[in-house]
Amino acid sequence: MTGWLDALIQGVLLGGLYALFAAGLSLMFGVMRLVNLAHGDIIVLAAFAILVVAGKLGLDPFVAVALAAPILFVIGFALQHVLLNRTLGRDLLPPLLVTFGLSIIIQNGLLQIFSADSQRLRSGAIETASIPLGGGIAIGVVPLLTLLSAIAVIVVLNMIFYRTPIGRAFRATSDDLEVAELMGIDISRIFATAMGLAFVVIAIAALYLGLRANFDPTIGPARLLYAFEAVIIGGLGSFWGTLAGGVVLGLAQTIGARIDPEWQILAGHLAFLVVLALRPRGLFPRAQD
Amino acid sequence: MGEAAAKPTQTFRTGTAGRAPGAIAAIACVMLLALALLPVVAGRNLIQDMIFLFYMLALAQCWNLLAGYAGLISVGQQAFVGLGGYLLFALTLLGGIDPLLAIPLAGLVSALFALPTAFIVFRLRGAYFAIGTWVVAEVYRLVFAQFKPLGGGTGMSLTPSITSSVPGIEWVKALLNVRTPAARDLISYWAALALMVGTLGFVYLVLRSRRGLALGAIRDHEGAAAGLGVDIYRVKLAVYVATAAMTGMIGALIYLQKARISPDAAFSVTDWTAYVVFIVVIGGIGTIEGPVVGAVIFYLLQRYLADFGASYLILLGTLGIVVMLFAPKGLWGLITERYDLALFPTRRRLVIPPRAEIARRVDFPK
Repeated sequence: MTGWLDALIQGVLLGGLYALFAAGLSLMFGVMRLVNLAHGDIIVLAAFAILVVAGKLGLDPFVAVALAAPILFVIGFALQHVLLNRTLGRDLLPPLLVTFGLSIIIQNGLLQIFSADSQRLRSGAIETASIPLGGGIAIGVVPLLTLLSAIAVIVVLNMIFYRTPIGRAFRATSDDLEVAELMGIDISRIFATAMGLAFVVIAIAALYLGLRANFDPTIGPARLLYAFEAVIIGGLGSFWGTLAGGVVLGLAQTIGARIDPEWQILAGHLAFLVVLALRPRGLFPRAQD
Repeated sequence: MGEAAAKPTQTFRTGTAGRAPGAIAAIACVMLLALALLPVVAGRNLIQDMIFLFYMLALAQCWNLLAGYAGLISVGQQAFVGLGGYLLFALTLLGGIDPLLAIPLAGLVSALFALPTAFIVFRLRGAYFAIGTWVVAEVYRLVFAQFKPLGGGTGMSLTPSITSSVPGIEWVKALLNVRTPAARDLISYWAALALMVGTLGFVYLVLRSRRGLALGAIRDHEGAAAGLGVDIYRVKLAVYVATAAMTGMIGALIYLQKARISPDAAFSVTDWTAYVVFIVVIGGIGTIEGPVVGAVIFYLLQRYLADFGASYLILLGTLGIVVMLFAPKGLWGLITERYDLALFPTRRRLVIPPRAEIARRVDFPK
């Protein structure tokens, strides 16, 4: 019984990590309808960026991420402005294939620079610290921080979207690109800003990816799939839905792992397929599409 | 001037034939004969390279039909390559079925698997469909990794008794005076050639048929095609299942040739989707000729640069992006912009009758 309760708690906490992976993707879907196949590899790239900043300056990863985030914002802004904006249009193929190409370039570029060795972000005692809940159940401080960060990220994203001028521009372009453009919105800057913002979210996701487990250049595509599954399970167009989707995915994986450790990933994918078969618009779809 | 007289009575016809179909067909037959007889003069390395070229080209044609015509951009076709490969192993090792018979059976079973798969992934539209197919391919990989009779996560090899029981192997050994492994390669070579030509022929015939006209319409504008009465869902489902069957057969052949299978290799997104996408994009998506051009270029790159490993993949990715941005119709598109050329004519052209006939048939108002 304790084992199952533990699995449920760990599943919700794991869901926080997946929600962080998914929040950046959800932002890109929402604003520019971009399906970014390189998303997972960009998370891994950001983890390596934090690793390098932390290593070179001898900083704690939590400080390093604050330094890496502005750099990643600029990279994201430039990537969208220079490359991805050229691919957006009626045709689906260019953005998909360009981001697929990017995924291969990032993955192999990281392999070239950092080799296939596993890496980890080191932050001292906090990595292994845990809070006992009694009854033999304890929750790790890092997993708890992951979930709290995911909630904070979603609160902040919602505030940006619904309380600020730039958020109004995001929503306007998302609702109707042409009308937004007629109203004087510079689409290409808005998209680039959204991508920069997504990269900052990615930096936070990468921090916890690196703190919670080992990472290497090849794990990107699997993170893309988790992020995508969380977004679709939650329903397109809602950040809170994305959080719920992440939690559903995390629960499915820990429950699957509890039955048989080899079933962890498979159970997550199957949960996604079941949701897709039964509720194709996700669990919490936005009222109007 | 009466109402009836104002209406032109001419009816128009369209045809699909290119300018010199006879000459091109003759050249194609000669090339096919030359390829079929190549083993008489070629060494074993060249034969193995050609097998690789043939199956990559066949996979590219399948993906092109899916993505270039039906608008189904899948990044999960490795699901069916791996499924076909594993089915070959299951049918021969566990079922005791003849390997060459197992190839079409693997195709049939792949099609059966494709139906329920389509039921789920077709719920995702456009770009979301792409990632959905990838998830499905991962599910297939993880399930086969759990399946212990076929080696589980580490995979397994075909026993020599099976690989040398391919029908015709004794005949090839006697005819060309080669040893068993070389004879095995030759059988694979002819099977790969047959599958490649079969895939090419199938895609060509489909595109020239009524269904093909619907597919071309979907490629050009899905909404307009639906408005003209094309049943988009049915056409897409048919294409998805048919390409799954062909991809499964190709996968079975690939793993008959490799004689060793593991989940990570059989369901590899790089080997069976990234390379294939690269071939189609470089050559020119939405044409039959494009993948042919792309496959030859990919083969040359693979042969001379594959040893560079990660840098080679970075180069492929960059080339793909550059082509997508600056020449979205690929190399074949660049060629056809300059010359009005069609090796596999599938475009409908207006058939214009001779002038005298127009004068006779069109009732001009006086």
